[in-house]
Amino acid sequence: MSRPSAVRHALGHAAVVAATGAALYPVLWVIKMALSPGQAFDPSPSPWPRVVSLQNFRDLWGLGGTGHLWRELGNSLIVAVATALVGLLSSATAAFAFSRLRFRGRQASLAFFLATQMFPGIMMAIPLYILLDDLRLLDSLTGLVLVYSTTSVPFCVWSLKGYLDTLPRELDEAARIDGATSWQIFWKVILPLARPALAVTALFAFLSAWNEYILAATFLGDARKYTLPVALQSYVGEYHTEWGHFAAGAIVVSIPVMLVFFALQKHLVAGLTAGGVKG
Amino acid sequence: MSASAALLALALVAPRPVALWHSYRSEEAQALQSLADRFNASQDRYRLELLSIPFDAMSAKISAAIPRGHGPDLFVFAHERVGSWAPSGLLAPVAVDAARFLPGTAEAFRWEGRQLGAPLAFKTLALFFNRRLVASAPKTTDELLALGGRFADPAQGRFLLAYQSGDFYYHAAWLFGFGGSLFAPEEGGSGPRRDEAEGRAGSEGRLELDTPGAEASLAFVAKLQAEGFVPQEATSALVTELFSQGKAPFAINGPWFVGELPKDLDYGVAPLPVVSATGRPARPFLTVEGLYLSAHALEPEGAREALAFLVSDDSALLRAKVARQLVANRAAYDDPSVAKDPVLQAFRAAAALAIPMDASPRMQLVWEPGQSALRAALRGESPKVALAGADRQLRALQRPPPPRAAPWATLALVLCLAGAGLFFARRRPGTAEGGSRTAYAFVLPAALATVALVLLPILFSLGLAFFHHRADGGYDFVGLGNFADILASRGYAIIEPPSFYFTLAVTLLWTGANLVLHVGLGVALALLLHAPWLRLRGLFRVLLVVPWAVPNYLTALIWKGMFHRQYGAINGILRRLGFPAVSWFSHFATSFGADVATNVWLGFPFMMVVTLGALSTIPQELHDAATLDGATAWQRFRHVTWPLLRPALLPAVILGSVWTFNMFNIVWLVSGGEPGGTTDILISEAYRWAFARQAQYGYAAAYAAIIFVLLAAYSVGAQKLLARRESA
Repeated sequence: MSRPSAVRHALGHAAVVAATGAALYPVLWVIKMALSPGQAFDPSPSPWPRVVSLQNFRDLWGLGGTGHLWRELGNSLIVAVATALVGLLSSATAAFAFSRLRFRGRQASLAFFLATQMFPGIMMAIPLYILLDDLRLLDSLTGLVLVYSTTSVPFCVWSLKGYLDTLPRELDEAARIDGATSWQIFWKVILPLARPALAVTALFAFLSAWNEYILAATFLGDARKYTLPVALQSYVGEYHTEWGHFAAGAIVVSIPVMLVFFALQKHLVAGLTAGGVKG
Repeated sequence: MSASAALLALALVAPRPVALWHSYRSEEAQALQSLADRFNASQDRYRLELLSIPFDAMSAKISAAIPRGHGPDLFVFAHERVGSWAPSGLLAPVAVDAARFLPGTAEAFRWEGRQLGAPLAFKTLALFFNRRLVASAPKTTDELLALGGRFADPAQGRFLLAYQSGDFYYHAAWLFGFGGSLFAPEEGGSGPRRDEAEGRAGSEGRLELDTPGAEASLAFVAKLQAEGFVPQEATSALVTELFSQGKAPFAINGPWFVGELPKDLDYGVAPLPVVSATGRPARPFLTVEGLYLSAHALEPEGAREALAFLVSDDSALLRAKVARQLVANRAAYDDPSVAKDPVLQAFRAAAALAIPMDASPRMQLVWEPGQSALRAALRGESPKVALAGADRQLRALQRPPPPRAAPWATLALVLCLAGAGLFFARRRPGTAEGGSRTAYAFVLPAALATVALVLLPILFSLGLAFFHHRADGGYDFVGLGNFADILASRGYAIIEPPSFYFTLAVTLLWTGANLVLHVGLGVALALLLHAPWLRLRGLFRVLLVVPWAVPNYLTALIWKGMFHRQYGAINGILRRLGFPAVSWFSHFATSFGADVATNVWLGFPFMMVVTLGALSTIPQELHDAATLDGATAWQRFRHVTWPLLRPALLPAVILGSVWTFNMFNIVWLVSGGEPGGTTDILISEAYRWAFARQAQYGYAAAYAAIIFVLLAAYSVGAQKLLARRESA
């Protein structure tokens, strides 16, 4: 249809390559510190390591680390995946109601979800500690999942509602005429179409749990339940930080995120296909 | 028969667990673990169990866990919190024979006549010298400076002395050496409740920084920097780099430095030199790490036994040998292997001159003003002016709490406001379209969880805003006093950096700049990544998410390093392009710019991913139709893509601005508020009151409440504006 403009495409590629370069440039230091032997935070302007060694990565699994990297990775995966699932399920239903149904208190609840994000999170650690203690969920991964998923729910609800609002209402009306219940419309019609939005929201919820350490370190009192960021932050001491280990750990932490995103990004092209509206 | 009875007894009397929390790493952690193993093998009544906790989280975790009975029996921490923890009843007294320990180390844990901890090890500063470059350490500052011409050549990256000159902890050594002090003698008033015999030089009376000695010390370090003897903006990493590469023959650092230096480096350690101008030695702070016994310990007897074992001379010797720890026990230094260790002996000598850090909560107030005076002097401001400013800030921080208030007046006001709010909410049209049970069922799970785990903590914190947190852990009701103090900018002129209004303006600028750049970059990149003609789309998408994926604690510090004046990559690029190097953190505009650049880098992937998701819901047919109608690319974006993108993007934009408004750790890590607290945002103030200034949770909560109200007003306004535009 549109005449392919070679110049425009070349410029587009150049811009994406430049942006990727800028995005990755600071990360070169992470890789450099991880691959350099020793624990220095290298201040030199060159992002290339002088000597390459895998010692820091070996240490992560051995004496330099807690010696339980797999367990910590496993705990983190359980917590982050569960957070994404719980957050997604509870917010998808809510977002559907906010987008499609009319009920008393709709505006107020929407505003309430938004308002919870306005209170600075750093003030919440102590009250949350007391609350989890009362719920007997301190020192458990379940407690962490609950806290992480509820703190990510407001964004998930708002973001999903925003997407659902863009889906044409003709779809649900057609289904309703065919005798579908609200639940069926939600499950059979809307959810499949909202795949791109669900992917984005899942990534958000996953990441909000994946990198968090301060609440996890405060709530967990048993090293067997430590998540990876807690173990990673242990390399930062009061006077001395083991930067080599920290950087190697940061790479280990980042790789699953990229894998998750790589898996999810396929859904970002799906969404409404040509036949969607005509239905 | 007797054998089985013994077995039965053993099974019945399984060793009871004694929990110990610590933040030790590597060799120190290994030494502690092997001591725990020995203790457990030495008796069968108790089992000492260690839990490693990130240092960042330790203090808050202790304060939260112990009162609720989830704390450890024992924990390791520096002595300077004794004065904060003792009044709130977290600590139990322990028996310590002070004569067994180096002078001042056991006494550091005495608080109001009670021994509330036992010393394990100490930390202080000493002078490291590179033996390949100099034969011995200079005894005086004049001797040191005389070597300046031989070694210093800043253009070549060579210096005389590497140390963190911009850090008040390090500067304190010069301050005391020049005869300065932190505490001015109280005029006739009630002095502190502490024995003078404990030898805390100059720790009586009220905090005061503006002394002739302090002025001379600031002038001294400003001169060191002006002559190129010390590196600018020295971080701990730069100090390690310069000293281990032989680019500075001297470094001032603590015992942890030993582990950072290459094994083959030939260096010596000596006490800090005597300040020639005064004839007094430079005296660094002394920090003592010790074992505390929790007042709520479940196994106090076992804990006492383990504590006695861990601080015994035998255990100390193992810690000194395995971890090269500067143990507090005198006897350890007489052991042949420790006596031969020049580093341990030099630090032991340095400790004799060091000044134990004041353990009272008000000591926490010193750092911020001290640091800002120091940085100002290093930027070239007059020391006198810098110190006067620091003292003004100290007075503002030490302002008396708001007076106690009668609860009923505030209660009535709050009730009136709530009533008015409800009245207007009820009158708002369009909310009452009849209930729907299905709808409530759909919303219930999310709403229930959010009310329980988000709303309750918020209400709890908001409630604190009406109280003053006393040093003993109790609360006084002060009504709206905290709010009045903040809004009236008590202690500061209205347009001065730490005042509420100045900080608010910076926060708004910060939020606006970030938002525009996040959305602009995010949408532009998403449009490119959505284009069907782009090759390797999947690869680019994943690579562009990397800034979001890597833990930002590390990447923020890497950005800070890239903005370093001499060694940063950004100035390196500027120099190659022929521009002069920029001193990024010396001016508001550049320092602010550095914060924004870092946060934009961290945040654009989020907007990009959200936009990608939104773009995929826009039917391609619309684009094709517009193209057939002859619309240009810009027209297609403006009239097709953007209107459809906006509703999906709106939540991300509103929430993104709310998060940015409260995004304090980037500012904290990159500019740290430099210069002079100007780049701080509102949330930094809340954080400082809560965690760095005598645990003033009331002020912190009042700041949080004000932030909440501002953001609520903003989002209501934003939604109204958008609703009007959409209906228009």
